[in-house]
Amino acid sequence: MAHEIIATGRSRTGIPTGRLAVWWVIGSEILIFGGLISCYLLNRFNHGPSWSVEAANTNTFIGACNTFWLLTSSLFVVFAHAASEKHDAKKTRIWIWLTILLGGFFMGFKTYEYTTEIQHGFTLFTSNFWSFYYTATGLHGFHVVCGMVIMGIIAENDIKHERNWHRVENIGLYWHFVDIIWIFLFPLMYIAK
Amino acid sequence: MAEVTHVDGAHDAHHEHHKPSFWSKYVFSTDHKMIALQYMFTGMAMALIGGYFAYVFRMQLAFPGASIPFFGTLSPAAYNSLVTNHGTIMIFWVAMPVLIAAMGNFLIPLMIGCDDMVFPRVNRLSYQIFLLSAIILIISFFVPGGGFGGAWTAYPPLSAKAEFNATPFGAPMWLIAVTLEIVAFLLGGINFITTVMNARAKGMRMYDIPIIVWMIVIASILFMCSVGPLIAGAVMLLFDQTLGTGFFDGTAGGDPVLWQHLFWFFGHPEVYVVLLPAMGIVGEITCTFARKKLFAYKLILYSTIGLGILSFFVWAHHQFISGVDPRAAYLFTTTTLLISIPVAIVLFAYIATLYGGSIRFTTAMLFALAFTGEFLLGGVTGIWLGSSGVDVYLHDTYFVLAHFHYTFVPIAIIATFAAVYYWYPKMFGRKMNETWGKIHFWGTIVSFNGIFIPLFILGAGGQHRRIYNFQHYPDLAGADMQDMRVFATLSLIVMLAFQVIFIVNFFVSLKRGEKVGNNPWKANTLEWVATSPAPHGNFGATMPEVYRGPYEFSVEGREEDYWPQNEKPSES
Repeated sequence: MAHEIIATGRSRTGIPTGRLAVWWVIGSEILIFGGLISCYLLNRFNHGPSWSVEAANTNTFIGACNTFWLLTSSLFVVFAHAASEKHDAKKTRIWIWLTILLGGFFMGFKTYEYTTEIQHGFTLFTSNFWSFYYTATGLHGFHVVCGMVIMGIIAENDIKHERNWHRVENIGLYWHFVDIIWIFLFPLMYIAK
Repeated sequence: MAEVTHVDGAHDAHHEHHKPSFWSKYVFSTDHKMIALQYMFTGMAMALIGGYFAYVFRMQLAFPGASIPFFGTLSPAAYNSLVTNHGTIMIFWVAMPVLIAAMGNFLIPLMIGCDDMVFPRVNRLSYQIFLLSAIILIISFFVPGGGFGGAWTAYPPLSAKAEFNATPFGAPMWLIAVTLEIVAFLLGGINFITTVMNARAKGMRMYDIPIIVWMIVIASILFMCSVGPLIAGAVMLLFDQTLGTGFFDGTAGGDPVLWQHLFWFFGHPEVYVVLLPAMGIVGEITCTFARKKLFAYKLILYSTIGLGILSFFVWAHHQFISGVDPRAAYLFTTTTLLISIPVAIVLFAYIATLYGGSIRFTTAMLFALAFTGEFLLGGVTGIWLGSSGVDVYLHDTYFVLAHFHYTFVPIAIIATFAAVYYWYPKMFGRKMNETWGKIHFWGTIVSFNGIFIPLFILGAGGQHRRIYNFQHYPDLAGADMQDMRVFATLSLIVMLAFQVIFIVNFFVSLKRGEKVGNNPWKANTLEWVATSPAPHGNFGATMPEVYRGPYEFSVEGREEDYWPQNEKPSES
């Protein structure tokens, strides 16, 4: 890149531009998941009993474990941010990698979960409950993977220049958002039977 | 990346030294003006494709079964595909890129006085995704089975199952293209919103922002808030099409009407997403050429915000005959009638701006005035269709079609032309030929009315929208009705022919147009401070500061009848 853009450095609202944009991204993501979850809820209200029978087959224990991994990882990303505020590159990097590790646990458990469910005959096509289940958790899982990749890039690349450290906070915001989506999905898909 | 950070006013000097190659200047540029031009030219090319489609299917309706010049005979399946893709292209690949993306990209940084968007590379990515989506759509016309033919609204079950729509590849490709296009505009929209929030010139307060910038930002927010559920819906529909899930399949426990809700929850705000930039363009031009302050700036702004909020509560007026509860229909009728109030406020504020002004009838002004008049017709017929009782009769007739063309043509065609004639000097440093511009104007406006006034009459007479050959229906095959169809088709050919004048004028003026200074129209907003065409970085060494609102025309006690936003008060 040839030169620094003046516009990027300005901040008339007082909020750094990057963080402002992340908030708008989160806003648009909320509407995507909001649309999906609303559709699920409307269907669930219409087909109450039959969907409850289907929902009884989800594995609440694995769902709970995954909730635990994600919540803990959110804590770790907060530690990463705190370390970056203290200008401690080494600690920031460690905490980010621990966050990624827990994201990996989440995805690993999810893989096991999907595999067993498919082996028991609950596929994307079994019924509309399962279609929604795989679409919603799959889309969420995709966001988890994206977050992990971005965190990897930040930990290995952006961490080298202190002027890019605000990205640790930005990815933290995103990661909390991914976490909160799961907080909605977990009761809707696993607890409500 | 350069390691130094720059403050306002310290323009990067070393950048001027190395000359960029063709690729980095025109294709992979991150400069907002170049990206705006990329969007504009892509949009214009797509408009030609969409116009050609309209020509082909109008010829079929006027002369059913005849061989069409430059096409050949048209099969029913190809007819459906052309109609569908005409709508899709004109909304997603013409109105959106030209009005929001090209105008937003070109005007926002210039008008708020900064050197670029806050995220130039996201901006470039946005265009690249958009271009990819256009390419996918064009390829979809040539795959086995042909392009998708289930209408631009893509209602399931027709859109969900290849056994119904007979386009096993066209339908998913259409859906993927639309989704990618939406992603491109989400990226662009976030860029626009953050840029205006954070990168305004020193001294530019909320009410000093030109009205078109407000309109584009509000449109971007509307787009962002309405499109999310449709993205989820598009994923679900794509699974229905390609994997065989049953989200929208009634026989598998799904609900086809759910798609209609998701689509129109986006689709209706989308009308305002493209309307708002058009109204902003018209506002700017009306002020400049009436030499008068914009009437009721704050009222226009607050009406627009109210309009944006209301636009989320009108969507089911598209579904009055889809089994929507009559009590809900009553509510949606009410909100639909209500939403005409803020639109009318804005249009009447523009008319009030004209009152007592000294009007200059440039080509841009003619187009702007035509927008106000023609859009009014579209808006008024919208009130008929928004009333559920009338809509039950008129639904899916040519009356609906004529109505929304009376809104979309003023938005996507007339306002766009106004903008091109008005900002052309800033884009290329020369003016377009005014005489040819006026010929183009009259040819376009007269033939446009020639197309759609007959279609209102035909629609009220019961002519259904989605019929390949009206001769198969005795009630619709009368000679008087057929004459009107032929008249509309001939008007379309005249309208298309007049666009040749525009295209020639556009490209000839690039080389031969009259060279003009920085501010040929004597306007106040900041883009006219930059040199024409604006260089990389827009304002050179010193970024402008803002001292007053954007519409200080004909201020008493001043020698000049305009007062640029950046002129220091002491200089007056």
